Amino acid sequence: MTSATHRYDPASAEERRRAGNGGHADDGERLTRALGVFSIGLGLAQILVPRNVARAIGVDGDANQKTVRAVGFREIATGVGLLTQQRPSRFVWGRVTGDAMDLALLGRAFNSRRNDHGRLAAATAAVAGVTILDIVASRRLIRSGDDVTIGTSTRRQGIRVRKAITIKRTPEEVYRFWRHLENLPRFMAHLEAVRVLDDRRSYWKAHAPLGLTVEWTAEIVEERPNELISWRSVEDSQVPNSGTVRFVRAPGDRGTEVHLDIRYDPPAGAVGAAIAKLFGEEPSQQVDGDLRRLKQVLETGEVVHSDSSIHRGPHPARPPEEVPSQAAHGGSRSFASQRGGF
Amino acid sequence: MRATCWEGKRTVKVETVPDPKILNQRDAIVRITSTAICGSDLHLYNGFVPTMERGDILGHEFMGEVVEVGRAVKNLSVGDRVVVPFPIACGNCTMCQRDLFSLCENSNPNQWLARKLWGHSPAGIYGYSHLTGGYAGGQAEYARVPFADVGPLKVPSGLADEQVLFLSDIFPTGYMGAEMCDIKQGDIIAVWGAGPVGQFAIASAKLLGAERVVAIDRFPYRLRMAKEKAGATDVINYEETSVSEALMELTAGRGPDSCIDAVGMEAHGHHPMYAYDRAKQALMLETDRLLALREAIHACRNGGIVSVIGVYGGFIDKFPMGSVMNRSLTIRTGQCHVQRYLKPLLERIERGEIDPGFVITHRLKLEDAPRGYDMFLHKEDGCEKVVLST
Repeated sequence: MTSATHRYDPASAEERRRAGNGGHADDGERLTRALGVFSIGLGLAQILVPRNVARAIGVDGDANQKTVRAVGFREIATGVGLLTQQRPSRFVWGRVTGDAMDLALLGRAFNSRRNDHGRLAAATAAVAGVTILDIVASRRLIRSGDDVTIGTSTRRQGIRVRKAITIKRTPEEVYRFWRHLENLPRFMAHLEAVRVLDDRRSYWKAHAPLGLTVEWTAEIVEERPNELISWRSVEDSQVPNSGTVRFVRAPGDRGTEVHLDIRYDPPAGAVGAAIAKLFGEEPSQQVDGDLRRLKQVLETGEVVHSDSSIHRGPHPARPPEEVPSQAAHGGSRSFASQRGGF
Repeated sequence: MRATCWEGKRTVKVETVPDPKILNQRDAIVRITSTAICGSDLHLYNGFVPTMERGDILGHEFMGEVVEVGRAVKNLSVGDRVVVPFPIACGNCTMCQRDLFSLCENSNPNQWLARKLWGHSPAGIYGYSHLTGGYAGGQAEYARVPFADVGPLKVPSGLADEQVLFLSDIFPTGYMGAEMCDIKQGDIIAVWGAGPVGQFAIASAKLLGAERVVAIDRFPYRLRMAKEKAGATDVINYEETSVSEALMELTAGRGPDSCIDAVGMEAHGHHPMYAYDRAKQALMLETDRLLALREAIHACRNGGIVSVIGVYGGFIDKFPMGSVMNRSLTIRTGQCHVQRYLKPLLERIERGEIDPGFVITHRLKLEDAPRGYDMFLHKEDGCEKVVLST
């Protein structure tokens, strides 16, 4: 996959410019080095004189000494990573994550009357500025081809996730269930609805991070009954995406292997993915969960719930006061009633 | 309802929580009549199992009366008396169909968590951390039982709770430990740990025809129970006797044909390795103490079987792989696939071959669960097994 997505296109003048000196990639590196030195300097100050730093950003120096020191250690680790690693983009993304944490901490500091709101506002503006620099650096590094992860790859194309699962049902059954596209929201957690428009086209609506929704129209571009379905979003979609699902008979009477390959550009490109990551909606894990739920629906009849899994986020293993609608939904839509879809 | 909740390391409280509800169509709700504290609950109690959350309801050994069933449950009716196996299993997936119920592929909604620690995920388990699903446990007045059409065993009214309660875990677990030893005529089996699971491993080894069964522990009252109730032919108190020397003598230099580890991750001992494991565990350099398992491996005869039913959570250190490899040992292990043993073991109880109630030393009310945990942990008052009733 690495080689497949890292194809060098000689026809692209843009690529050639980037590959040479003075291109974006080089700018990215210079910016990265500067951010590294900045990280270490800031970190040292935070560790050595935490009270002064706290006062400078407008929060109570004594109460926040520990937090400031902890942030200092993080800054130094990130700085060292930026300057010494061959693949610094991970550390730049680390900085973006750190920026988000800092913004959250600053946001919370506004709640306390003891803090100096004027200085807090200035500090927040400064961190926001640095965040933009960090994002710029990371995007340049990504464009220069620094960052590749197996399974999920972050690239010019956005995000690609490949996952597979084995389901104890025949390829015919699994294919028929999937091809009935209205079934997809039953196991794809982020999908709100899929409506079939005609033989090839369908309308998709999905939850996005931060409570937003996105929608697009997809068309099936290739289809081999009981074997494969390929689709892509039509032009001008909010979230350009494409995917292929293959159904392969598993060896040893174990049913069907479902191989899923999805690519999509989240609303704000790679930044959107990083933000999604912060909120725990990491695409690879999400797709993994989707396939696991598909298996549950096809093998056991419905999505399996525990007393904690019905909640978004951590929850103790004890019965809920009220059953969240998501679970009630899953409970009321039975496998039996959908069997006609098979 | 009232339920026993984990509130942090060595703190459990009986609290009022919402009643369980049907979340899936194959669920049943059971009004619990008897429930027990398991040795593995002590690992949770002591904070050795990651992913516990404050407020988690504990307990995976329970039985009671069905009070509500989901639409897809056809084999149970309200009023049925059932014992509930601790692994939650769907019955449909490849693992369930191969009778490997504690490896059910569908019952753990937190598979990703388990996979991070273990590579792949086992089945969900009641009241046993979020690694195994985040299911509310059965040390409570009521419990939700998923896949009620597969797991629970209907029990005849002629048998008392105390005779059948342990079909939920410790009897089948001990039995599987003995079964994994492939016992042949003349075999000598050594069992590390004479806690409740160890007692059932000893009793099962006898049922399966072992020539001699050796119980190893440090508490005289447990060794006495092993000899008088479970049927151990020999006992070794490792605080008084060298286990390896005693076993060599008992087997005339061969070593036991099979060794069962019914201790798990919190082993004790006087060996210098105990201090080593304890220190590494405290520093989080290893999660599990390996004392009993190391000793079992060393003691086992050439080509023998080491059967591990004591619970391990994470990583171990100084594992004597050289001994295993060079001496052709076989290690067999697993969380018990309880569902496959329910009927055969119920029949043994009905035939009077065994009365599992022999391990019970303390009968408390659910409200006294915190005292039960404390007593069981500190082995106070000869505590072997605590049963809570509602």
